[in-house]
Amino acid sequence: MAKVTVVKKNRYLDSVFLMLLARRIAARPGITDASAVLGTAANLAVLAGMGYGGADFAAAGANDLVLALEGEPDALEAVAADAEAWLAQGSGTPGSAVREPRTVAEAVAQRPDSSLAVISVPGEHAAREARAALRAGLHVFLFSSNVPLAEEVDLKTEAAARGLIVMGPDCGTAYLGGAGVGFANAVRRGPIGIVGSTGTGMQEFSCLVHQAGSGLSAGIGTGSRDLSDAVGGRSTLAAIEALEADPETRVVTVLAKPPDPAAAARLRSRLDRCAKPVVLCLLGAEPGRSGGNVRTAATIDGAARLALEAVGLDRAGLPECDGADLRTAAAAQVARMGPRQRWIRGLFSGGTLCYQAQAIFRQAGLKVHANAPLEGMPELSDPHCSVGDTFVDLGAEIFVQGRPHPMIDGTQRRRRLEQEAEDPEVALVLLDFILGAISSRDPVGDLLGAVRGAQEAARRRGGHLCVAASVCGTDQDAQGLQAQVRALAEAGVLVFHTAAQAAAFCREAMVMLRERKEVY
Amino acid sequence: MAVELGELLRGRPVFVNIGVREFGDSLRAAGFEAVQVDWSPPAGGDAQMAVLLDDLL
Repeated sequence: MAKVTVVKKNRYLDSVFLMLLARRIAARPGITDASAVLGTAANLAVLAGMGYGGADFAAAGANDLVLALEGEPDALEAVAADAEAWLAQGSGTPGSAVREPRTVAEAVAQRPDSSLAVISVPGEHAAREARAALRAGLHVFLFSSNVPLAEEVDLKTEAAARGLIVMGPDCGTAYLGGAGVGFANAVRRGPIGIVGSTGTGMQEFSCLVHQAGSGLSAGIGTGSRDLSDAVGGRSTLAAIEALEADPETRVVTVLAKPPDPAAAARLRSRLDRCAKPVVLCLLGAEPGRSGGNVRTAATIDGAARLALEAVGLDRAGLPECDGADLRTAAAAQVARMGPRQRWIRGLFSGGTLCYQAQAIFRQAGLKVHANAPLEGMPELSDPHCSVGDTFVDLGAEIFVQGRPHPMIDGTQRRRRLEQEAEDPEVALVLLDFILGAISSRDPVGDLLGAVRGAQEAARRRGGHLCVAASVCGTDQDAQGLQAQVRALAEAGVLVFHTAAQAAAFCREAMVMLRERKEVY
Repeated sequence: MAVELGELLRGRPVFVNIGVREFGDSLRAAGFEAVQVDWSPPAGGDAQMAVLLDDLL
């Protein structure tokens, strides 16, 4: 195998285009690995760590585009010689007669009825564009991360003064006026409103509501830091206000990671005054008291169940897993495992689902190493290497610098699963699959070969690898929920209706494995 | 004139997409209107310089 880098000076292409480009190049015969990134110091350091180098590479700067390729020399040469043609696929809209506006102000002049800016430029430039959007009278969906906290506070203060909202930074999902924005699933409209600081949490919530026959009036993202004391829940409180006044919304759901203390008190006090029924789910925190109009849930599916009830729908639309059934299923799996098998490896594409799974394990006093640990859980010292029981959020910054997010491309997660399969002590693998716009066209297909390989490796060692999963999606998503679930089930994967149920099943299996170990 | 948040939830939003094209593409595929901004880093990629220029202009 050989390595080569190609540097194009002063060339900007957006990060998702670069990810898709890297993926297309990596799929060519003879190419084993491909990265396409801007030459920031962080990206160059990652690539240097992977063994890339050369004079052009060393001299590359943040405005330059870097292709880093590994594979057979002939295949590398073919791509390198044709680099311009590969890159040209991402420049503008070829053949379009209408010149695209170069600024937000120009766009608004072109379409004066514009109402929402969707911003996903690199973090260092994001606040500037968000400010321009607010000043042009637009609400803002700010997907970009790495926006300084002080900028977030400034933007949200300015938005409030203008009667606008900033969803984000680091906002993955919203549902507004029937449109799914960002990573969103195809869900019907209905009476349930949600405000959330967690993208994949909102996605699973909306899918469960859809599957139970209901729908969303609106889903308003807030960004992961909104309920910090510094930001003070500005966007969350504005969103609650809007849902309370919205005639279509009959229940207001708030889904978030635990807020800072002052923000938590403000949030609770506002919810206690809400004129509509409220469902509150603070993942990883004690559910807290239900009272007045506010009902609390500990999990995403629990929140969906309460929201369905609040609008008069039978909770049978969202089946609950009986604890005894989970234990029976877990016992059947554990009985087939070899004596050395004892660890779980959770490989998540949804950060919120990784967080929730830790909370579910903590309920049983189980500890897992994690790269994004819940309070009380040990931090994984090297995110690339599992230790004992481990849950990895593969969407964390370290994995996605210059690489596709695992929801877009399963390559990194597939490789990690292949790595876990070599460990004879692994007993369980827990996976999540997230369908919807922007996501991979076939999230299950991306991993299925590695799942089968891991199961086969365990069989050859005389054991049994249990693979448990949940699929977040709807029948309206392009990937097709049923087709994805069927493909997993046919491969012998235990597919659960919700991420919380899959995690609860794994928790029961791990408790049994611990008891078995004590007997040995 | 800015659209109130309540109106944004009830009405039919018109989007301005700045950055990753797939976000605009998926909105258009779902039947919504989204104007794409042909964005590139301002001031040759120097974010601080861009802010200084904003103040001057």
